[in-house]
Amino acid sequence: MITAFFNQMPVLVVVVPLLAAPLCVLAHRAFAAWLIYCLASWAAFAMAFLLFVEAKIAGQVSYAVGNWAPPFGIELVIDTYSALVLLLVTGVAALTGLYARKSIASEIAIEREYLVFALMLLCLAGLVGITVTGDAFNLFVFLEISSLSSYALIAMGPKRRALLSSFQYLIMGTVGGTFLLIGIGLIFMMTGTLNMADLADRLPEVYATRTVQAGLAFIVVGLSLKAALMPAHIWLPNAYTYAPSAISAFIAATATKVAVYALFRFVFTVFGAGYAFGTLPLGIVLLALAAVSMIAGSLASIFQTDVKRLLAWSSVAQMGYIVAGFALATPAGVSAGLVHLLNHGLIKGALFMAVGAMVWRVRASSINDLAGLGRAMPLTSAAFVVGGLSLIGVPATAGFISKWALMSALFDAQHYGVMALLLVASLLSIIYVGRVIEALYFRPLPDDVSHHKHGEAPLGMQVATWALIAINIVIGVHATPELEAAARAAATLVGGGA
Amino acid sequence: MSPLWLLILVAWPALMAAPIALVGRWPNLRETVSVLTGVALLVGVARFIAPIAAGARPEFSVFSILPGLDLAFALEPFGLIFALIAAALWPLTTLYAAGYMRGNDEPNQTRFFICFALAISAAIGMALSANLLTLFVFYEMMTLVTYPLVTHHGDIESRNGGRVYIGILMTTSIGLFLPAIVITWVIAGNVDFTPGGVFAGTGLGGLAAMGLYGLFIYGVGKAAVMPMHRWLPAAMVAPTPVSALLHAVAVVKAGVFSVLKITVYIFGIDFLHVTGASQPFVWLAAFTLLAASVVAIYCDNLKKRLAYSTIGQLSYIVLGAALASRLGATAGGLHIVTHAFGKITLFFCAGAIYTAVHRKYVSQLNGLGRAMPLTFTAFTIAAISLIGLPPMAGAWSKWYLMSGALDVQTQMVLVVLALSSLLNIVYLLDIPARAFFLPGDDKTPRGFAEAPAACVVPLMITASACVVLFFYARPIIAFIDTAFGSAS
Repeated sequence: MITAFFNQMPVLVVVVPLLAAPLCVLAHRAFAAWLIYCLASWAAFAMAFLLFVEAKIAGQVSYAVGNWAPPFGIELVIDTYSALVLLLVTGVAALTGLYARKSIASEIAIEREYLVFALMLLCLAGLVGITVTGDAFNLFVFLEISSLSSYALIAMGPKRRALLSSFQYLIMGTVGGTFLLIGIGLIFMMTGTLNMADLADRLPEVYATRTVQAGLAFIVVGLSLKAALMPAHIWLPNAYTYAPSAISAFIAATATKVAVYALFRFVFTVFGAGYAFGTLPLGIVLLALAAVSMIAGSLASIFQTDVKRLLAWSSVAQMGYIVAGFALATPAGVSAGLVHLLNHGLIKGALFMAVGAMVWRVRASSINDLAGLGRAMPLTSAAFVVGGLSLIGVPATAGFISKWALMSALFDAQHYGVMALLLVASLLSIIYVGRVIEALYFRPLPDDVSHHKHGEAPLGMQVATWALIAINIVIGVHATPELEAAARAAATLVGGGA
Repeated sequence: MSPLWLLILVAWPALMAAPIALVGRWPNLRETVSVLTGVALLVGVARFIAPIAAGARPEFSVFSILPGLDLAFALEPFGLIFALIAAALWPLTTLYAAGYMRGNDEPNQTRFFICFALAISAAIGMALSANLLTLFVFYEMMTLVTYPLVTHHGDIESRNGGRVYIGILMTTSIGLFLPAIVITWVIAGNVDFTPGGVFAGTGLGGLAAMGLYGLFIYGVGKAAVMPMHRWLPAAMVAPTPVSALLHAVAVVKAGVFSVLKITVYIFGIDFLHVTGASQPFVWLAAFTLLAASVVAIYCDNLKKRLAYSTIGQLSYIVLGAALASRLGATAGGLHIVTHAFGKITLFFCAGAIYTAVHRKYVSQLNGLGRAMPLTFTAFTIAAISLIGLPPMAGAWSKWYLMSGALDVQTQMVLVVLALSSLLNIVYLLDIPARAFFLPGDDKTPRGFAEAPAACVVPLMITASACVVLFFYARPIIAFIDTAFGSAS
């Protein structure tokens, strides 16, 4: 029985949230739907943890869906690279469950709450599916599941602008999805297979063809759109700003990260580092885009008046850091990119949760509206401060570990210019984080506002926020396990020890 | 003695912040806890003097932050000197702060004492750090926990001061110091403080070493080498006890201490001497110490004048390090001690004057000498020590600095130092001269008008230390010199 469960875990981690979604709809009551969400997401998290351990021991876990042997059937493959992203996605989803109850209740009408939880489960199932699948077309299907549900989630935001931002995201997201599909179609045309491992075997024969080159280009562009890498980022600030707070936290911490995961899964596992970075000049292209993202995203962040939008622009910048690491295509670089992918998910999740708690109280998210909350919401404000320090990269936080890993990888690869830009972007982050902190602590609380009836955020929101903050600090002071796991993942992607 | 003590010493002030917070409602109890914590810390640190002098180098590794890089503590002479200074002056400052904060009815006194304890923890952490990463962790911790102290009043002025303060310190540390550490890690594969340095045999050339040394010198913004000095005058918006302990001792000494450690244990005196990598920084430090002295002459705000004086004095230590000679580094270590006692006395005096008569401009001090004889006598003693005249402790650090300069054939430094002493006389002795010899205005108190005893006693103690240390400088020199025991 237990062995059977363990054997089925790779598929259960997708199926549990997928089937829990219709259950939410059937349950119809907000509380019941929330309970189902929590059970399913925590179960997924537990399974993700077990899969991580299994992948560590075995190197790779493979599962044939429906017992159809690969490459004919769909194969699920979990190695350390996917297991780490899986842990991030399910972990943030589980914590968002704790957080979402009060936050969603304050922003969405009660008769529609169950829909939010159903959609979040669908989105989770899609994201988890992307990370565990070993099949190119299957990845596209899961990407669409997660995308469609996130369009609907963003549209449920409390302001009417949410509809427009959701539509904007839908257009860009669909373009991205279509590009990905075209790319997969092109390489399928040349090889006749969709299984990633099989593709990796067969592609070298046809490397020189324009079709395969075009396929890679389509896939990279499509997934860059989903990952919001500049100049394909324009959907992101609006989407994060107008989505319900809990959804902003969940999507910011997971969706773009999974897109980056998929991008480099294709680039390294399917096409191979030698082809993409040796034969084709993908490295320099991605590095240039990453550098532009870092600087432009940080600069834009400084001039925002809305905190959620400020954090969203900072995410654009941080995607640049992540891609810069991966684009080095060295073991140290890929490992640094992956570390920052995970750490930034934790940082941004925590920050959006802290801001969401403030929005819960003041019902607005402009920096001016947060004036004086340092005294009124001491715990939430403290959480924001710690998260902000982690974003800047102060030692003893996860952000510092990312910066350290990225800088040493960039210096080692002799990309001194990008290293300098990364430093400049970090310095810019001091300014935008500082602006929020000054508003929280140095401005008086307005007298005439009705929000005085509320005190600190509810317990669930506090616990979720501080759990992410605590993980940030634990990683900051003892990052060795994370870095070693990332090094293992990098070794499977680009070879070589680290 | 068990190396575990190193961790206990670092954690002790931070842990005691909790009891200080708990008894915050009873100020007398709170200050008693603070002072006792400080005395216990001093005793704990002092117990290491004999073993370290005998050549012991205890080490304690807490856990690994990154693969191959631990949060680790180790003790050597420079670190012990810095830790002793911080631990000795903390209880005195707490006593002084109790008088000052109450005398001026400052708000949020409990937060003040908590942040103070955390800042001392950071100082001890830096003093005891065994590698650059540990040093950097506590360096940043010190920046962050002193920010609420600098912006203590919470008004627009302190917000602006705080912006400059954290802006410059964080920009330099993250923009220059951190990459310097990362580069050292990539090149040498090791950022432990190693006698003789870590770069031997790595093929680091003279010019590259010069660039890297520059990243360190300017990255350690706390050392306030121009143009990274602006945070120090900005920090003067803080209550005076903060300026006294943190911005005359703990924070700025943390900066020059880092420079000394990096010079001696990362680059190595011999490596710097052979490559000449630190040569340009002798002149940059010389420029800073002259320019800061000139600026100080024109500062009417007393605390600001003292801040610029600190910038100049810090550059003595940077200069001593950059000379790349044993004597120079020893002089730097000694100057950490003598300047600490001298400058904290001056700040104590400034705070006492403010508490007693609410004056903060030099031009308002005329004739105050008769009302506050103890304060201004202490001021005079400390000023003479900083100028570097016997029989005050400061004379020795200047003496060794000059010997260090002669040692490496840079005679021009002697001229700079002499000139700087003259400038020091102009801006420092100006103050007691006004107080004692110029007539006061109508509002100047006629009778005896000293600040509360809690303010005056500490400044008399530190002023006497300036004299006493003149006669006991030799053991300190001998002690610092053991740092080079295995290095050369």
